[in-house]
Amino acid sequence: MKTDVTAVPFESGEWNKTIDVYDFVVKNIKPYTGDSSFLAGPSAKTTSLWDACKAELLKERANNGCLAVDTETISTMTAFQPGYIKKEDEVIVGLQTDQLLKRSMKPFGGIKLVESALKERGLKPSDRVIDIFNYAKNHNDGVFSAYDSEIRAFRSKHILTGLPDNYARGRIIGDFRRLALYGADQLIKFKKADFEKVGGEMTEHKVRLREEISIQIGALKDMIKMAADYGYDVSRPAANALEAVQWVYFAYLAAVKEQDGAAMSLGNVSSFLDIYIERDLAAGIITEEEAQEMVDQFVMKLRMVRHLRPGSYDEIFGGDPTWVTESIGGILHDGRTKVTKTSFRFLQTLYNLGASPEPNLTVLWSEQLPEGFKKFCAQASIDTSSIQYENDDLMRPNRGSDDYGIACCVSYQPIGKAIQHFGARANLPKALLIALNGGREEHDGVQVINNIPQLPAGPLDYDMVFDLFKRTMSELARVYAKAMFVIHYMHDKYYYERAQMSLIDSDPHVDIAYGAAGISIIADSLSAIKYAKVTPVLNEKGLTVDFTIDGDFPKYGNDDDRADKIAQEVTHYFINELRKHKAYKDATPTLSLLTITSNVMYGSNTGATPDGRKAGESFAPGANPMHGRDASGAIASLNSVAKLSYSDAQDGISNTFSMIPKSLGDTREEQVNNLVNTMNGYFKRMAHHLNVNVLNRETLMDAYNHPENYPQLTIRVSGYAVNFVRLSRAHQLEVIARTFHDHM
Amino acid sequence: MYFPLQDIEAAKLNIDDPEHLRIHSLETFGTHDGPGIRMVIFVQGCQFRCLYCQNPDTLDVRGGTMVELRELVNRAIRQKSYFGDTGGVTVSGGEPLLQRSKLLTLFKMLHEEGINTCLDTNGRLNNAQVHDLLEHTDLLLLDVKHINDDIHHKLTGLTNRATLELAAYRESTGKRMWLRYVLVPGWTDQEQYLEEWAQHFSDYKTVERVEIIPFHQLGQHKWKLMNMEYPLKDTPTPSEEIRQMALGIFNKHFDNVILK
Repeated sequence: MKTDVTAVPFESGEWNKTIDVYDFVVKNIKPYTGDSSFLAGPSAKTTSLWDACKAELLKERANNGCLAVDTETISTMTAFQPGYIKKEDEVIVGLQTDQLLKRSMKPFGGIKLVESALKERGLKPSDRVIDIFNYAKNHNDGVFSAYDSEIRAFRSKHILTGLPDNYARGRIIGDFRRLALYGADQLIKFKKADFEKVGGEMTEHKVRLREEISIQIGALKDMIKMAADYGYDVSRPAANALEAVQWVYFAYLAAVKEQDGAAMSLGNVSSFLDIYIERDLAAGIITEEEAQEMVDQFVMKLRMVRHLRPGSYDEIFGGDPTWVTESIGGILHDGRTKVTKTSFRFLQTLYNLGASPEPNLTVLWSEQLPEGFKKFCAQASIDTSSIQYENDDLMRPNRGSDDYGIACCVSYQPIGKAIQHFGARANLPKALLIALNGGREEHDGVQVINNIPQLPAGPLDYDMVFDLFKRTMSELARVYAKAMFVIHYMHDKYYYERAQMSLIDSDPHVDIAYGAAGISIIADSLSAIKYAKVTPVLNEKGLTVDFTIDGDFPKYGNDDDRADKIAQEVTHYFINELRKHKAYKDATPTLSLLTITSNVMYGSNTGATPDGRKAGESFAPGANPMHGRDASGAIASLNSVAKLSYSDAQDGISNTFSMIPKSLGDTREEQVNNLVNTMNGYFKRMAHHLNVNVLNRETLMDAYNHPENYPQLTIRVSGYAVNFVRLSRAHQLEVIARTFHDHM
Repeated sequence: MYFPLQDIEAAKLNIDDPEHLRIHSLETFGTHDGPGIRMVIFVQGCQFRCLYCQNPDTLDVRGGTMVELRELVNRAIRQKSYFGDTGGVTVSGGEPLLQRSKLLTLFKMLHEEGINTCLDTNGRLNNAQVHDLLEHTDLLLLDVKHINDDIHHKLTGLTNRATLELAAYRESTGKRMWLRYVLVPGWTDQEQYLEEWAQHFSDYKTVERVEIIPFHQLGQHKWKLMNMEYPLKDTPTPSEEIRQMALGIFNKHFDNVILK
C-alpha cells in the first residue's frame, strides 16, 4: 500500500448532513458490467493465514466440532484481550475472543442453555458467572415467567418449535457500514440528538426508546475501546479502503462478541466497500492484489465466527451455522446495477479460499444484472455450491427499498432502517393432524385445541377437513402470536442487541417474521383427500396412526394447479390469521416457508400424514416438494414453488435445488448458460429464493463415508449453506435422499 | 426382430386423432437434446430396432398416452421464461417422424408463441410431409447410426438410405442441423467407417455441431422389464481410447464436435 498519494474526495450529498449511507452509495457507486477476468488470486499472506485456519479447523473437527471454550468470561466487546491468527500476515484483524475458534459464553439469552452446552463438553461456567445469575435475570427466565399453559402445550407438543425463548433471536442486521462512513463519534452525536427529540409527556414507548438509545450510545463507546485494543481509532471515519474494511469488520465483530443470535447477517457491505477500494485503486494507493487481499482476509475472519451451542440446537440449525449473510448485486431504483468489482471480489473468495458455507453469499438476482456477473455467479455455483439467489425484481418493488440485505436465510430487511423479530416456525402438518383428531395431539391424545369436532369414521371429506384445518390454523395463529409477543418483549428487556441497534435508526419499523413448515405435505395431503380416497387408520385411542390411500392424486412439485393451488390457499389463510393479532412493538406480520434443517426434527415429531408420508419421516425442506414426488422434471418443480405468492410469505419462500453437473449440459459454457437461464426463468415467474447445489450424489455418499476427505465440501440446505461433514449423520442422509434433478 | 414392426399401426399413428400426440414422457429440464434449456417431448413409437436401443419402452406404437397438442403448447408456454435465447422445445422419441403431420401442427403452434423448435430423428422418412415439417423445424438433430448400409441394417433393422437423403435435403434448404452418432464398441467404432461417416458430411454447411454419444448400459433394465433379450447386455461402454479415436477422426472434419 502506498502512503504518499491522496485519493480524490467522495461526491458529497445528504450523507454529509445526516446519517444516510444509502445516499453515499448512490452518489459514489461505480457499477461494473464487465467479466471476471480482472480478478486476482490469493496473496502469500492470505494463503499462509488460511493454511493456519485450516489447521485449526481440522483440530476443531477432531475435537467434536469445538476447539476451545472460555468458561470464565461473559463475552462483551471488551471482555477479551485482542486475538490474532498470525499477526504478521493479518491485514484485517479482530477475533471474537483471544484465540481463533475459541467459543465464549453469552448467557443473557439463557444461562441454562450455556450450562448445558458446557456440560456436554464436560465443563461448567465459573462460580463467578453462576453467581451473577443468582442476581441477574436472563431472556429465557423472562419468557417463561410470562408464558401461559397454552403456549407451553403448543411448545412441548412440537406444534410451535425452535422458538427463540432460550437462545438469542438474531436476525437484526446493523448497518455496519455506518462505522466506516461516519466513525463512532459522529454516530454518538446523532444518537444523542435522537434522544433529545424523545420529549413531552412520557409514555411506555418513549421511556423504552430513551433507554434503548442510551444503551446504544454505550455500545458505540465500547466499540471505540474494542478497536483501540487492536490499535485502531474508530471514533473517526475510515480514511481509506483498508480502514473501511477494517471498520466494517469491527462493527460486525462488536455484534458477534456480544450476541449469539441464531443468524447474524452482515447486510450488503460489498458495493459500499467497493467505493473506497476503487478510489484507492484509482489513486494508485493499492493494487488489485491488495484489494483482493483485504476482501479475502475479511471473508476469512467471517468464516471463523463461532458461537457456543448445545447439541439440541443442532437439530433445528444443523452444521453449526452463523448466517453471516452478505447480499450481493441487485438493482438501484434509478436502474443502475449495484454490481461492482467488489461484488466479484467477494465471490472470488470461493476460489481463493475454497468453498465455504460462511459468509452466506446471497446474490440479489435481477434480469438486469450484467451478463458477466450472472455468468460468474453461475460458474461459482457450479464449482462450489456455495451461493443462494433471491429475486431482486420481486423484493425491490414489493417491499420498497433498494438498499436491503437478507436477514438470516431468505428475509428482506432494509439496512439501517428496519429490523425484524425472528419468529421460528409452526408445524402445519401437525396442525392438520390435530384437525383430524378432534383437537388432540396425534401421539398421546392430549387435547391441545378445544371446539374441534371429531370427524365421522370412514373416508375423509375434503370440505369438512379443510374447514377443520382452517379452524385449527386460526387457533394456532392466536397462540403463536401470543408466544412471539412474550418472546420479543423479554428479548428486548434482557438481551437487547445494543451493537446492531446502535447502527440502525432509532425506533425503526419492525417486522414479526412468523414461519410455517411442511407446506408440501399439506398440499399433497389435502390433494389426496380431494382427488383420491383417504381413510384414517385409528389406534385404540381413536388417534390416527396411518392413512390408506385409494387412487392417485396430483402432487405439489409437478406444475399441476390442482395441488399447487392448495399450497397457495393455505399459505394465504395462515398469514391472514396471523395478521389479526397484536404484535410486540406493533410489528408487521410476515411469514416464511422455510425450515432451516429442522425439517428432519419436524418429521420425527410428526405422525403419519394423509399424503402417504409415514410417521417420523422427514419433511421436505422449506417450500420444496416432497422428495421424489416432483416427477416431471426440474422446471415443473420450480414452477410449482414459484406459484406461492410472495405477498403471502414476505419473510421468504425457500427452495433448494440440486442438480448433478452433467444434467446442466455437456460443456462448461452450456452449464453456465443453462444455470443463468434457469435463474432468469424461475425469477421471471415471480419466485423468491433458490439455493443452488451442483453436485453428484456419489460425492455426498463418499463424503458421508469418508468425511476426512471433504473438509470444505459445501452444500446449500434450506436458506443457508453448511459444511456437509459438519451435519449430523441423520441430516446427511436426509440431504442424500433429496430429489436430485439428474435427467441425462 | 426383438419387437414386431407394426407397419400398419405406425401408418395410422400419423393420421388418427390429429389433435393428439402419442407421447411416452416429458422432460421439463432437457439440456442434452438441442441447445439451451428445452422441454423435451419423447414421443411413443419407433420402427428402428436398434440393438442398443436405450428406450425400448418407446417402441410400441400403441403404447404411451395421447396428449392434446394444445396442452403441450400450454406447458411449453409455462416454461418459456427458462428458454432464454437458445432453448425451446425438442421432440425426440421414439421416432417423431411417425407423427409428422401432428408435429407440423404442433411446431406451427409453438412458432406462433415464439418458441424455438427442434426435432431429434433417425431420419426414417424423407417425403413431402417431412419436408413440410422441416420447414418449421428450427434445428434438426439427425441421428446417423452407421454409414455402411449393411451394418446399419444389422444394427437397426432398416436401411440408412432415407436418413442420408434427409440429411442431403436439409443441407439443400440451408437450415441448421446437428448430427449425432452413438459410439458402440464392436458395432460403430470401426475407424474406416468413422472416417467415411465424417467424410460424407464434411462439406455440409448446415452442420453446426456433431455429437458423439458413447454407448452406456443405463437402458438395460428396461429390456428386462419388457421381458426381451438385450442383445448388447455384455457390451461395455467405449474405452477412453475408443472415445478419443472417434473424436480425433471427427475433429479432422468438423469444427464443433462434442463428446458427450
